[in-house]
This record gives sequence, C-alpha cells and structure tokens, in this order.
Amino acid sequence: MAFTTEIRKRVLATAMLGAMVLGGSAAQAQEETIKVGILHSLSGTMAISETTLKDVMLMLIEEQNKKGGLLGKKLEAVVVDPASNWPLFAEKARDLLAKDKVAAVFGCWTSVSRKSVLPVFEELNGLLFYPVQYEGEESSKNVFYTGAAPNQQAIPAVDYLMSEEGGGVKRWVLAGTDYVYPRTTNKILEAYLKANGVAAEDIMINYTPFGHSDWQTIVSDIKKFGSAGKKTAVVSTINGDANVPFYKELGNQGVKAEDIPVVAFSVGEEELAGLDTAPLIGHLAAWNYFQSVDDPINAQFIKDWKTFIKDEKRVTNDPMEAHVIGFNMWVEAVKKAGTTDPDAVGDAIIGVSVPNLSGGTSTMMPNHHITKPVLIGEIQADGQFQTVWQTSGTVVGDEWSDYLEGSKDLISDWRKPMSCGNFNVVTGKCGGQGS
Amino acid sequence: MRNPTPALRAIAAFFWLISLACAAHASDLASALKGLDTSKFPEKEKAIAAIVASGDPRVADILTALGDGKLLIRKSDRRVVIGDGDGQSKISDAATGEDLGQISEGEFDKIAINNKIRRQIKAIIGSLTLFAADPITRLKAAEEIFRSRDQAAFEPLQEALGKESDAAVRRAMEQALAGLILTSDAADKERIAAIETVKSKGGQDATALLAEIAHGEDRVAQAAREALAWLERSRVWWDALQNAVYGLSLGSVLLLAAIGLAITFGVMGVINMAHGEMVMIGAYVTFIVQEIIRNSAPGLFDYSLLIALPLAFFLTGTVGVGIERSVIRFLYGRPLETLLATWGLSLILQQAVRSIFGPTNREVGTPSWMSGSFQIGEISLTVNRIVIILFALAVFLCLLLAMRYTRFGLQMRAVTQNREMAGAMGINTARIDALTFGLGSGIAGIAGVALSQIDNVSPNLGQSYIIDSFMVVVFGGVGNLWGTLVAAMTLGIANKFLEPLAGAVLGKILVLIFIILFIQKRPRGLFALRGRAVEA
Repeated sequence: MAFTTEIRKRVLATAMLGAMVLGGSAAQAQEETIKVGILHSLSGTMAISETTLKDVMLMLIEEQNKKGGLLGKKLEAVVVDPASNWPLFAEKARDLLAKDKVAAVFGCWTSVSRKSVLPVFEELNGLLFYPVQYEGEESSKNVFYTGAAPNQQAIPAVDYLMSEEGGGVKRWVLAGTDYVYPRTTNKILEAYLKANGVAAEDIMINYTPFGHSDWQTIVSDIKKFGSAGKKTAVVSTINGDANVPFYKELGNQGVKAEDIPVVAFSVGEEELAGLDTAPLIGHLAAWNYFQSVDDPINAQFIKDWKTFIKDEKRVTNDPMEAHVIGFNMWVEAVKKAGTTDPDAVGDAIIGVSVPNLSGGTSTMMPNHHITKPVLIGEIQADGQFQTVWQTSGTVVGDEWSDYLEGSKDLISDWRKPMSCGNFNVVTGKCGGQGS
Repeated sequence: MRNPTPALRAIAAFFWLISLACAAHASDLASALKGLDTSKFPEKEKAIAAIVASGDPRVADILTALGDGKLLIRKSDRRVVIGDGDGQSKISDAATGEDLGQISEGEFDKIAINNKIRRQIKAIIGSLTLFAADPITRLKAAEEIFRSRDQAAFEPLQEALGKESDAAVRRAMEQALAGLILTSDAADKERIAAIETVKSKGGQDATALLAEIAHGEDRVAQAAREALAWLERSRVWWDALQNAVYGLSLGSVLLLAAIGLAITFGVMGVINMAHGEMVMIGAYVTFIVQEIIRNSAPGLFDYSLLIALPLAFFLTGTVGVGIERSVIRFLYGRPLETLLATWGLSLILQQAVRSIFGPTNREVGTPSWMSGSFQIGEISLTVNRIVIILFALAVFLCLLLAMRYTRFGLQMRAVTQNREMAGAMGINTARIDALTFGLGSGIAGIAGVALSQIDNVSPNLGQSYIIDSFMVVVFGGVGNLWGTLVAAMTLGIANKFLEPLAGAVLGKILVLIFIILFIQKRPRGLFALRGRAVEA
C-alpha cells in the first residue's frame, strides 16, 4: 500500500519535473521581469484547495501588471506543482529560489508542507507568504503568516460559543484530522477551556485519519456525548475531503445546529460548494473573511475573480483573502524598499498596512503575523456564510500561544536589534525552541 | 397644592409604563414586527417575544417563515414580508397576509437569525402547534416541548392532553409534561413519578434530561440516577446492535467498491489500478445527470439516481472494454506491467476529470427518499445507508445469478478456468475477456453512483477506495464472489467494533495488522479456490 502510493508519487514527480524543465527554459527567454513563485499543489489530494490559490495569485499578478508592474518592471508568475507531496515541496521551493531566482514565493497549504520548505527558505534566504490558518508555534525570519494564528480563529470561536449569545456551551467535542494542525490547536484549546473552568470529563477529543469517510460511529458518539444534560458544541479541525461525508452524516443523523452546533476552522465557501447545505443551516465556521461580507472592496474583488476565472458560480474564501493581503503587502514593501532584495523587503514590510476585504486594514506585525478581524459565520442554504458575530476591531496574530507550557514565555520580533523568532521573556535570551 | 412626593411620582410613572406595555400587547402585530429590523440578535429575541405576546393567529406562520429564512424586509419601505423561496420571490405582508406581488433579489434583506433564536422559535412553535389538525404536527410539537423544556408550554400542554385522542401523540404529550414537571419545582413525589415516564421514553433526550437533575443527594436525584443506570444497561445492547448495523453499512460500501474488482482482479486476474477511477466516473455520471435534471426537468430529481445507474453502467463498461482492448489484452500474464499500465491510466483519467470538471468537489444531491433517518429503539438509522446496504446486496445477487445462470456467465467461467479448452469449444475468448472487463468496470460505475451519496465527488474519489477494494478481494479469496461478500462484511463489522474502543486511526491500523497476519497464515484468503485455474 505504502509501496503503491510511493510509486504513484514518483511517477507524478518525474512528470512534473519534466514539465518544470520545459517551463523553466521558456521563462529564461524573457528579460527584466520580477519573478513571483507560486508553490501550490495542482494535482493530488490538496489540489482541491490549492488550485484556487494559484489562480488568485495569477489574477493578482495580472492586475498588478495592468497597473504598470512594480519598480518599472513587469511581474512574472512562475508556477510549479508540488503535487501534494511534502518532500517535493522542498525540492520545488529550492528550484524556485535557486534556479528561477524568484523575488518572493506565495504558497503552501498544509503545515507539513510549510515545515518541509522552511529550511530551504532559511538557507537560501527567500520570502514565503503562507496564506492558511495554522497552529502557530512558529515564527521564521523568512516566512510571513497571512492566515490566522489560533488566537485569531480558534479562541474567539470558543469564546463566542461560551457566551450567552452563542448558547452558553459547557461541554466540548474537539474533533480533528490526525496531523499537526488539529493536534496543536486542540492542545491549545484544551488548555484554554480548562483555564476557563471546563472539567476534563466535559472535553472529548477525537482524531480521524485523512480522508475519513465513514462517520457513523463518531457522529453517534457526539450525539451521545451531547446528551449529558449540558449544552454541547463540536469544534472541528477536520480537514479537506473528510468534511463532506462528515457533514452529510451530521445532516442525515439529524444533528441540528440548535442542539449541537459544529464550529469548523477548515470549512470555507469552497468546501461547501460540494454539499447540499440545507440540513446544515446554523452550523458555524470561524474565519477572518467571508464572501458574504458586505463591503465595496470585497464586491469588486468577487466580481474581478468571477471574470478572471470565467465562472459565475466560483466562490471566494479566506485563504484567497490572505493571499490578496499578502501580495499587496509585498508590493507595498518592495515599493518602500525600492528593491526586491529579501532582507530589505523583510525590513520594509513590518508595519505596512493594506486594506483587507472585510472593510478594515491589516498590518504586518514585527512577529511576521498580521492583524485581522475575526468573524463567526453560520452556514446558509445557498452555501454561503452569514456573519453572526465579529470582533470589534482587528486582532494581532499571536505566534506563541499563551496557553501552552513551552511557548507562553516566548515572543518574536524581527525588527533590529532583536531579530529573533523565539525570544524568551523570562530568561531574556533568544532561542531555546522553535525555529 | 403640595407637590407629589418622589415615591408617588415613581408609582405614577410605573403605572404609565405598565399601561404602555399593555397597549403594546394589544396593539397590532405590525409594530412588533418592526422590532425585527435590527442587526442585533438580543433585540430580535425581544421582538419575537413581542410578536408572540400580540397573540395574533398569524404568529405561527410568521415564526415558521423566520425559522426557514423566508421572512424578509423589503428595502423600499422596510416592510416585513414573507417570501416563498430564493431569488425571485412572491411576497405577502407578514402582518396581514396581503399579497404584495413579486420581488427580485437585491430588493430585500433576509432577517438573519442565530442558533439561540432558532431554539426560541422552535419552542414557541412547539406550544403553538399543539392543537394543529395534523397528528404528526402535534407529535412533533410535543417532542419539541420535551426538548426545549419551555415551562410556558405547561398549561397549553395540559389542555392539549385533555383533548388528545391519538394514542401515540398522547404518550408523547404525557412524556413532555413529565419532562416539564421534572424541571419545575413541583413536589418530590410528582417529580419521581415523572422520572418513570421520562425513563419509559428512553433515548438521548431523556438521558440528557435525567443527567441534568441527577446531581445532588435528594430523593429525586437518586431516582434519576437509578433511571439513568437502567437506561445505561439497556443501552449496552443497543450499542452492540448499532455497531453491527454500522459495520454492515461500512461493509456494504466496501462490497460495492470491491465487487467490480472481484471480477477484473478476482476472476480475470488483472491487477487493475484504474478500478477506483471507474468508481469516480460513475459518481461524475450521477453529477452530470443531476445537473441536466436540475436545469431542464427539476421534477425528475428524485429519480436521478435511477436514471444515472444504467448510464453509469454503460459508460464505465464501455470505458472498461476500451481499456481492455487497447491496453490490457497485450499484457495478459504480465502482472507487473499490467499494474504499471493501469496505474498510468488511473492518473490520466484523474487528471482528465480534473481538467474537465475542475479540482473542486461537485455537489451531488440526495433524493428526498434517501434523506433523513429513522429511530429503532435507541439507534438511529440513516436512510441513505440502509438503501446502500440493500443496493450492495442486490448488485451482489444479480452478479451471482448472472455468473451462474446466463450464457455469458457460463462462457466467462469457462474462459477463466481453462482458456484453451474454452477456445476449442468455440467460445470467442477475446470477446469474452473484453466483456468481462467491461462488466467489472460497469459494476464499479454503478458503485460510484451509490458512493456519490456518501462521499466527495472529486477527482480523488477513486483513490480512497482502491486500497480497500484490493484488501477485501485478497482477504476474501481471489476468484470467489462469496469470499468478497464475507470479507467486506467481516472487515466492516470488525472496524466498527474496534472504532469505539481504539479510535478511528488505531482501529484501521489494527484491521490492517489482522489482515497481514491472516494472509501470512492463509495466503489465498478466506475462501481459496482449488483446482487447475489456481495453479496456472
């Protein structure tokens, strides 16, 4: 079995490598452009989510070129396909930085792919803009995290559910896919819930394999757990393909949002597009952006996107917004620095503010995370979310969680003279753990 | 004249407020409805309370519309109206029911609600529909009261109980009443009697209610704990039964995925790595059929799966015949090359589908007759799973009969058992090979129609089933259809009994370890074929 997938990956990798060589030589023919790397899987399991991000990057680059490019040069997209294969991500990243000499890379979705490329970016001093909500516990000089850290998504969602308006939830199911993001997020949430007086027996943690499709037992366990006389909610860090059968089973077993709401951190408009959402009305998701946000900039973006992709039915989602913000920040920083040199851009980008799509501005903080509003939305019958709650202002991404033993004393600040991703405020030293 | 004292003034103000409040009670619904025109949910809750307080006969309709997302605000005059669907919508005034003609999208705002308001609405509708003419509505109302435990429903419930003639509804109402008594501050004796009634109801709602009051040392809490323990004991058996049913359901999914492979791999001995892609194509056929029906004949939607079945069978069957004729027939007897070739095919098919339909999931709807669930005792069975169990068994049976009793089945068995002899008897073996492969592929296609109901319809659909399919066929014994059936069900049930104990991840690992050990002991699977065909 492992054997078969391995060969499959090899075959795929070889094919892609061939395509890369061809693409690379074609790219070299042109002169005087600024190259932007796009490192998203276009085949394999993650293609479902990442292909959209590649498209949105192509659109942003095209728009920037229409505006006259950057520093008097045209931007040129270099698209590679790491094929949902984590080691291949590192190889492709190396190609982008060393061979294509791209000025910045926009890419990765899963945490494991980010961890895989991280040493490459640090070694070759590249810039990576990472657009997906993630588990935190990391801050690299070479990475800009434009997705949400746990305090910009998970913790506000739990706060909302605990509140009077959210239903006063007292009992929690933390259900996730078995890999690093759900495990770390659930660890933080568990610590946070316990700090807020939730007893250990009122927390149920459940992990399932990637692509899990038979949810009968788990959904009926959730129902059982929810019948202990206390208001119960499910916090779902279930990722990717497994969500559709999960929600189908919820709908079929009649788990209504009024009784046991499910708040998801990895389900956006794209995931709902493959689902009949009528039985799911009222289940929740926490993000920093919804397509339904009523704002002129967002309306324009949606219109541009539909025109670019030539499909009226295509939706927009949170990681797309993160790329919009990240790309605009990079453009501003390059203008400010007057060069695409990674060190100069890295220094210039801190403090850069650009409009986000939900009617506010987002700022790049010294810890390489950005400020974002947090929105809680309910699933609607048309597959969109309707915001039921949001933070009054923006929230600063907190890379080192305050609720975990190893990380609560750490901060990160990439401004000189500190320039440190894991400064321990107790010992006053840089380093110790993390990257 | 002396000025009134501040106290007197306060009392006067109080009465004035009360009279105002009474006026609001009596006043028309319209002003209460205005209160819904706000973005703040707590204010909407108050507005709903005011609507209910108006006592208007239209309250139930209005709140039902609000719960269904059909209560709208017309932008031109901020009037609250009831729409009849999405987009272009016929509207009527919420307060009077007056017909207001058509409205198009963009001319109205939907009144948004949250889960708290949804609960509030359900509880209110529960007590409002207790006297409905339809017994099923009354039954639902009683069950809703049991869940919401809305003490305000106590008197209407008693009144409704007095009038109720339907035995089942009476029972539900008695249980709901017992639930209300249990959560009220009634005398201990009454509450203990109520516990008995709630216990007889059983199920998760009853457990939840009992668990809530089971804290403390008084007699009521003690009685609740006893009732809980009793429910717990009876639930052990239900749990086992539930696991068995879930296991059968998982087994039937495995069977569906594997049964086509049981023919191509099991009977013909072709290692077909593109089998999963046949399943995927079947699922996409369902998607296309549904798209066409949605756009041109929405009335036929409930039959979409039945229409998709033969189409999927013929399309994937044809693709299968094409693959056999163009690739596989040159590779008979060379398993490694077949493996690699079909693998390449599977990648090509996947990428082709990805290019045509895009990488994202496609929505395949569930016909109304396959939606929902029903309750047997303590376990809830979802209709789509039951349908799939029956469907898998039907496919299996048809295949078995076709192999046993049709001329084609006979020829197929003859060719696989002894190709030369079959050829010598005048059977066109090449034709039979192609048709057999087509049959296996076609069955994978109809499996795809069924699996589209429970899984993602994406280019990756097939990948997730190919491993499981091989596992089932190898475990059951290559070349034996019965073995495939027994293996699928065994693995399904074993998985479902392990899952609650070990978790989904470990459960799956344990099943794999079991299979590895089993294959070590019996390399030919559960039901090994004997004879010349095997040695060849």
